[in-house]
Amino acid sequence: MKKIEIITRPFKLDEVKAALTELGIQGMTVSDVRGFGRQRGHKEVYRGAEYQVDFVPKVKIEVVVADDMLAQALAAVQKAARTNQIGDGKIFVSTVDDVVRIRTGETGNEAI
Amino acid sequence: MNAADTAFILVCAALVMFMTPGLALFYAGMARAKNVLGTAMHSIVMLGVATVVWVVVGYTLAFGTDAGGLIGGLDYLFLSGVGMEPGGPTANLPHLLFMVFQCMFAVITPALITGAFAERIRFGPFVVFSVLWLVFVYSPMCHWVWGGGWMGAMGALDFAGGAVVHMSSGAAALAAALVLGRRRGFGTEPIVPHNLPMTLTGAAILWFGWFGFNAGSALAANGAAANAFVTTHVAAAAALIGWLVVEKLHHGRATTLGAASGAVAGLVAITPAAGFVTPMAALAIGLVGGAVCYGGVLLKNRFGYDDSLDVVGIHGVGGTWGALATGVFAVESVGGASGLLAGNPGQLWIQFLSVVATWAYCFTVSYVLFKVVDAVMGLRVSPEDELNGLDVSQHSEAGYQL
Repeated sequence: MKKIEIITRPFKLDEVKAALTELGIQGMTVSDVRGFGRQRGHKEVYRGAEYQVDFVPKVKIEVVVADDMLAQALAAVQKAARTNQIGDGKIFVSTVDDVVRIRTGETGNEAI
Repeated sequence: MNAADTAFILVCAALVMFMTPGLALFYAGMARAKNVLGTAMHSIVMLGVATVVWVVVGYTLAFGTDAGGLIGGLDYLFLSGVGMEPGGPTANLPHLLFMVFQCMFAVITPALITGAFAERIRFGPFVVFSVLWLVFVYSPMCHWVWGGGWMGAMGALDFAGGAVVHMSSGAAALAAALVLGRRRGFGTEPIVPHNLPMTLTGAAILWFGWFGFNAGSALAANGAAANAFVTTHVAAAAALIGWLVVEKLHHGRATTLGAASGAVAGLVAITPAAGFVTPMAALAIGLVGGAVCYGGVLLKNRFGYDDSLDVVGIHGVGGTWGALATGVFAVESVGGASGLLAGNPGQLWIQFLSVVATWAYCFTVSYVLFKVVDAVMGLRVSPEDELNGLDVSQHSEAGYQL
């Protein structure tokens, strides 16, 4: 099983969610986060003075998928979240040892 | 006594009172979230403190029997002899009404200064300073200009408080910024407004209240009040545009904070002129005022003093421009005095003298008062208190429970 962490533009959340749901993915966790990459934040101007704001608002979507779903999921997310502008964000993929559904005690792929 | 005038000035006094809570919102929105209450409190508490100082001793120092052109006598101490019948400088209003109209000016003026030392002053010493400032700076200035003192006698024109309110608070603000020093992180980390909608609300209330401030300064329900009402509105409108144009040219964007700041700059600039100039002169005074004050707020970054919410840049610079502009644009048909453009360059010279005297006196005495209070009580919060914010450290409250 793989965990996919997608950090991207807040306004792309709905499209990413729709793309993943279309693949049959049944759950995800979303958080509002702030950060910067190559985009390096943005500029704000108050009364003629410029301020560099390093941390820009992003959304983080966490979803766990079966190994054979990974490629499709990555392709779908990229298609949905890409604007071709700097600041589209990143996807981190990691291996998950196990998953437990608390209600039933199911584990592994069954519990995703 | 005139019933129409009395009714009008009663309403105007209430309008001017409303400016101080407006100022509280205007300033608090520009502070950081951890200082929202502390910053608002600096203005709100003046409704209490300055009112009490004014009715006890301030009014008589400003409007009591003149002593050498410098200060009023103690005849009205504790408002003795100030009653329902006309008295003091006006024959058409109850003496009490004139007193309370002036009281509202005494409330907002020390509140204006507080923008300069926002986010880093201890509450108790700030209140003590404000009491001293009202007695030693505001009341004498008010006497000089409106109470029969030397500045008015010299012929200086100040319709509603360009010198008494705006230059005096601007000069005190500069002294405050120099004595207190910069906030931690000033110039190295972003210190940005936490709630601009709050600031816009405050600016709107200020604009609204300013009609009472300027039109009410005619002290009668007449044509002069109408002229002041119109010049006030036109100057605010023009300055809003002036600020935005310069800002757009400088940074490429017109901002909401710029619109609010420009409007206030225009209101400041027209204050001394409102009853002496035509609406078209107000257009010029406002347009230039907005642009000049934009330059004014850039000064602090240039020179490195931390006038946190730009009291010097807007009230000091705008008040100075307004005082000089009054000497340029005044026409006899409006307020009985002629300026440079009406062939009386002498008026501009008198205005210039009043500007120099106001800055010199208000800056010097404010600086000394800050130094004295600092030496006796300590003005500045501890680094830890500053980091945690004034809301918790000075008032044991938080503005937002999120």
